[in-house]
Formats: sequence, C-alpha cells, structure tokens
Amino acid sequence: MKVSELVKMQEFKVRNEGTNMNREITVPYCCDLLSIAMAKMPAGAAWVTIMGNVNTLAVAALTDAVCIILAEGIHLDEHALEKAKEQGITVLETQLPIFEAALQIYQKIHE
Amino acid sequence: MNDKITIHYVVPADDFTRAGEASSSVKSKLKLMGVKPEIVRKVAIAMYEGEINMVIHAAGGTIDVTITPEDIAIILKDHGPGIADIDQAMQAGFSTAPDNIRDLGFGAGMGLPNMKKYTDELRIESKLGVGTTVKMKVNVV
Repeated sequence: MKVSELVKMQEFKVRNEGTNMNREITVPYCCDLLSIAMAKMPAGAAWVTIMGNVNTLAVAALTDAVCIILAEGIHLDEHALEKAKEQGITVLETQLPIFEAALQIYQKIHE
Repeated sequence: MNDKITIHYVVPADDFTRAGEASSSVKSKLKLMGVKPEIVRKVAIAMYEGEINMVIHAAGGTIDVTITPEDIAIILKDHGPGIADIDQAMQAGFSTAPDNIRDLGFGAGMGLPNMKKYTDELRIESKLGVGTTVKMKVNVV
C-alpha cells in the first residue's frame, strides 16, 4: 500500500501531507519510546505512536519511516507540525487505539 | 569521495527542538555522497543518540564528524557532569534521565547501547566534573 492510499482511509485524518506519497508501506510499527523506535523501526514502516512532539519527527526522519500515525486522539503540537512541513513528513491522526490503528493498516496491506 | 571531509557542529543546551539537526545534516550529506543506506542509518542513529545525550545530561557540546572513503568518525565532546560508572551506563535500561525527559519519550536507557550497536568502534572517556568525550566509528567498507 502506498502512502497516498493510506491518507484516503476514513479512520485517519491527515495533519500533514508529506513529500513521499508514492512510497510503499512495508509494515505498521508500534512504539512510544523513541530510542527503541529508533533502534528497531523497520525500513518503510508506518509508525503508530502517541508521542506527538518534535523528537518524534526527528526519529521518523532519521529512521526513514514512511509516515507517523498519532493514535488515541493525540494531536501533533505546533512546533512538531512546523518540523513536519519543513521536512516533508506525512503525519496522520486517529481516534483509534494504537493496536486498532496498526491492525487497519496491516489488513489493508494484506488485502 | 576521495577527500577527507570534516564538519563541526555545536549542540545547544536544553534545546530539544534543535536536537537532531546535526544528525539530519550528516545524514543528508552522506546520502548525497552515495553512501549505502544501511551505513547512513547506522551513523544517523548513533549520532542522534549522542546528540540527545548531550542535551539531556550535559548542557550541549560539540560534534566533529570526519568522513573518509573508509569510515565515518564522530567525536562528541561535552563539559557536562561526566559519567560515574561507564559500564553501568552501557547497560540497556539503565538511565539517569529525569521525568520530564521520559515524558518526551526518551530515558529508556537505550542511548549508549544503541550507539554501541550501530557503530564499529565506540570509546568513551569521562571524568566527573570535567566532561565526556565519545568517539565512534562506522566502517564504510
């Protein structure tokens, strides 16, 4: 599934459309501790987390995550939004819990 | 990429919004040079952990990066409190980060272990009350 298809899914609201709409999502990845996410995030992951600060953006950029999905109704703070725009990172928000959000993506990838 | 390239960065104190800028900058440069993505990823992760450590524990510092065709060397220097027990600090899960840092998603005690995992060489010199110097090397070939 490409990022451009993910942003069309009803469950997710686009907070920032990045510059990588054509990239393929390999797997959803769930983690809130940034150092662990940084060490373990697989390439091409759609990262589901509740950490919506500027450091989340830095980790996503450094690990080449395809996009960030903020679960549980968490919003990206303003500072982080600026950074997302600056770096062209796709950020989505959802009311779903982390597992449910990741499951939706997983099912869509394996449809 | 025949020549040696050196880059100097200053990591400002207490500024989490700018932490990661030096790592991002090195990442882009290595990418442009055509360094293999897995090598770029190793350097970016190890350097970002070092950068964050400096902001959390040491009121900032400096980073010197040297890129040669053989390897990428990163030297992080700070004048922070120093590390009392380096072996303990190297253990996964050990952290002295305060609660406000944990709220940001750091402080899992993975910083130094990640730096070790993603580099081919890691040397830490630290003196209490003087500061810490971390030397890392990632082989390109």
